Order: sequence, then structure tokens, then C-alpha cells
Amino acid sequence: MKGKKLFSISIGFLLLISLFSTFAPLVTKYSFEEQNISERLESPSFHHWMGTDNLGRDLFSRILYGARFSLLSGVLATLIALLIGTITGTVAGYWGGWVDHVLMRIIDFFMIFPTLLMAILLMVLFGRGFTGILFALALTSWITQARLVRAQTLQIREMEYVEAAKALGLGPIKIIYKHILPNLWGPILVSLSIQIPTNIMSESMLSFIGLGLQPPYSSWGTLANEGFRAMKSFPHLIIFPGLVLFLTLLAFNYLGDELRDRYEVR
Amino acid sequence: MSKELVLFFLKRITGVSTTLFVLFFITFFTLRLAPGGPFDTERAFPAEVRANIEKKYELDRPMWVQFSHWMRDVVHGELKDSFQYFGKPVKEIIVESLPSSILLGVLALFFATGVGIPLGCLAAWKKNQWVDRFVQLIAVSGLSLPSYLLASLLILLFCTYLGWLPPALWEEPKSLILPIVTLSVRPLAILIRMTRTSMIESLHSDYIRTAYSKGLSDSKILFKHALKNSLIPSLTVLGPITANLITGSFLVEIIFQIPGLGKHFVTAVINRDYPLVMGVTLVYGTLLVFCNLCVDLLYHWADPKMRIDA
Repeated sequence: MKGKKLFSISIGFLLLISLFSTFAPLVTKYSFEEQNISERLESPSFHHWMGTDNLGRDLFSRILYGARFSLLSGVLATLIALLIGTITGTVAGYWGGWVDHVLMRIIDFFMIFPTLLMAILLMVLFGRGFTGILFALALTSWITQARLVRAQTLQIREMEYVEAAKALGLGPIKIIYKHILPNLWGPILVSLSIQIPTNIMSESMLSFIGLGLQPPYSSWGTLANEGFRAMKSFPHLIIFPGLVLFLTLLAFNYLGDELRDRYEVR
Repeated sequence: MSKELVLFFLKRITGVSTTLFVLFFITFFTLRLAPGGPFDTERAFPAEVRANIEKKYELDRPMWVQFSHWMRDVVHGELKDSFQYFGKPVKEIIVESLPSSILLGVLALFFATGVGIPLGCLAAWKKNQWVDRFVQLIAVSGLSLPSYLLASLLILLFCTYLGWLPPALWEEPKSLILPIVTLSVRPLAILIRMTRTSMIESLHSDYIRTAYSKGLSDSKILFKHALKNSLIPSLTVLGPITANLITGSFLVEIIFQIPGLGKHFVTAVINRDYPLVMGVTLVYGTLLVFCNLCVDLLYHWADPKMRIDA
């Protein structure tokens, strides 16, 4: 019961924050780049719910608009990773042999080396900004998807209905598409719920060290970076972006836990 | 040594060398293909000066020649000079900064295992009671809190408001506390969850029931019988965790201004300080591979079933 309640609250929170950020202009009357020097570094008040930053920009608006980049980069990077991971994972799991061997080597390699350092290297290759982040995160996170999909495919491959399909003369691509993929939805959903928050967090860390989006655009990571520098005198600048980021990740984690129990993926 | 063991080691050594070679290869060429160079300044150098600099650092040679020269130098124990710290040997930078990174990583590892595993046991023992709920809340929060945010909160609380601890730098034992806590929270959370899950599983197994029926005490059952078996899953994550503690410390090093290796990696990548990036990669790669080897050995020691597949 407790799990279910948290599950609903988490979904509600994530929906709310996606809606708010999508329709940000309707939610807040301030723009994210509008500067107002006479109202700079204000504490939270009725006019500015979360205060203003050092250029007088409304922090609440900046967080809402920042959510667009934070959520979008996390979700899109995970979807790209999912596409690569599902293709390589099913192919390697179904055919086995040298294809599988090569994939396993690559997976082993990535398992040893920390993804965030790889992402930093890739960031300088692709350039700072949204696309750079997207590719850096996607290329470092498809391994997790591939590993999971491969393991599941290995199991499904041995099922009787797959054997029956083979006996009926179905080709491998049809078998993968018709019989293996439909059975992968549960694990894929679970892996999405784990990978999306991981990527949102990675994005915020890359942005925090200054490798992410460039001004005037901002994500929660860049906001936290600005907030960190002024933290001692104006703690609201880091507390609000941090709180929203934390709650979002928390919601994703509760979501993932519940899905994991439901689909019994370890 | 048996023949199998020799074969096992030979296999491991070739595996390790390939992994390291691929790592160096990827790092080298990714960085070189990235736009921008180490000597790109606001005001461009005169062409002749630039040509001379590039000649001095061999930047005018083809990339694969530079890579093979770097590999040759590594075998000879040479690491060239850093670009951003003019003329300072990379070796010297590594010798200066590696100890603080390792100290930080090792202490954080001790903290994470020393707190995480007992908390995981406790949660499993008191399953579904308020203690368990509380421990699980700590774990899920630990997973959801980026390290820089935790660091900010800790600094605000303990330095700005309470004034108990220094906010940065690496001078007295007291200044170690916040970086260690920050760095270890994520592994701590992972260990709590893994230990809890596997402990619950082993508490339901037959041999625990037997132990109870023999009339053993709770603590003896928990620590002697259940814990040993439930540590095995935690051991598997210890490899990646150690790796992340050593290499993932860059954010903590940047935030707390600790003169460690991770900080150098980030600034060197941004400044295109090729020799320094490659030097740090060399150290990281070796450390990571070594950690994984240690975990494998631990694994063999802890789980006799694993020994057959070796």
C-alpha cells in the first residue's frame, strides 16, 4: 500500500513538473532571461516565489525553463541509448557467437571505466551545449540498456514459443520483432526508470562543472553552479534548484523501485 | 601453481592489457579530434612561433606517430611535460596529487562499507518496522542527491551556520570530514540496498532456520551465518564503487578545493593539456584494472562456487 501511494505521488509530481515546464509561459509571468537590476538577489517573496538571482532574473521562472533542458536531455539521451541498446542487445542475445562476444567485450570495458569521465571527454569532442550533452550521455549509457536487453533476450530465446516460431520457418528478424521485443517491455520500462534519473543527474553534474549549456540558457545544473558560487550570502540560489532536482530524482527512484517489483527485474 | 591457474592469469593479463590499450586509444583520439588546441589563445601567436611550439611538442607529426611515441614513452617510464603548467613534468603533478585522491577514496570506501553494510543488516533484521523505513529513506535520498548538492548543504550547515568545520582546502584532519561524507553517500546508499535485499533473502533460507532450531543467539545468526552469504552480492558492486570513488572524486575535489588528480583531469581536458590528460588516464586505468582484479580475487575467496569457472 505504501509503495503504491508513493508510486502515485511520484507519477503525479513528474507529470506536474513536465506540464509546468512545457507551459511555463502560462505558469509564470517572468521570462527566464529578463533582467531587472533593481530587483537583484532578492529573497523569496510574494512577487518572486523563489527570489531572484544576481541579474534580477526570477528564480522560479529560471527553474521552470531549466526543467525543459534537464528533463529533455535526460529523457532524449535515454531514448537514444535505448534504441542503440535494444538493437545491439537483441542481436547479440539472439545470434550469440562472435557478435555477442564483441558486445560483451565492449560492455566489460565500459563497466570498468567511469561513465562521467568518458562523458567529459565526449563533451569536448561534441562541443558544449544541448546536442553535446545528448550525445555524450547517450553514448555512455547505452551499455546498461544493451546489457539488460541481452540478458532478457538470452532467456526468451530458450522459450518454447520461440522454438515453435522457428519450426514454423519464421526468420530471425521476424522472431525478434514479433516474439522477443513484446516480452521486453517490462524490463525496458524498468531500465528507463533507472536510466533517466541517472542521465538527469549526469547532465546536472556536467553543467555544474561548466561543461553544459551556455548562457542565457540554463538547466538545473547550471543554476546550481551559479547558486553554489553565491551560496554563503544567498543560500536560496542553490536551495531551490537543488530541491527541485532532488525531488525529481527521488520521484524517479520511487517509480523505478515500484516498477522493478512489479516486473520482477533484479 | 596448477596449469589452470597459470592459464587463468595469462588470460587475465592479456585481457587487462587490451582494456588499457583501448582506453588510451579512445582517450587520445577523442581529445585530439576535439576542436581547439592547447595553444589556442585569444591573441594568435605568430605563425613561426606556433610552428616552433608544435615542433617542440611533436604536435606537427601525424596523430598515430604521436600516439605510438606516447606508448613508447610510457613503456620507458617517461610522461613528458604538462602544457598548462609550463614545463612541469606530468610525473611530478601525479606524484603530488595522487596521494590525496587515494586517501580520499580509501577513507570514503571505509566509511561507506563501515556504515552501509551494518545499516543494511539492521534494515533487513527490522524489516518493515520504522527503523527499516528510515534506513531505506536514507538510501533512496542518497541515490537522489547529486554530490555537489549534498556538499553545498553540508558546507552551509557545518561551515556557514555552525562554523564547526572548514569549508574547503586540505590542511587539517578536520577538513577531511565533509569531502569524505560527500563522496561516500552514493556508494553508501547502494551498499545499504544491496545488503538489505540479500540479507532478507538469506534470513529466509533453510540454514538460518536450522541455526535457530539449534538455539543460537540472534546476533550469532545475523553476523556469523546470514551476513557472510549476503556479502557476496555487495562484493560485486565493490569494484565499480571503488572505481567511482577514485575517479568520481573530481566534483568533490573541485568543490572542496582539494589538490587531487580528478580536478587535474577536468581542467586538463578543458585546456587540452594532452600530456596531463594521458598521464591521469594512465594512472586511472591502472588503478581501475587493479581494483577489479582485487575484487575478483575477493570474490573467489568468498564464494567457493565461483572457483570452478575460473
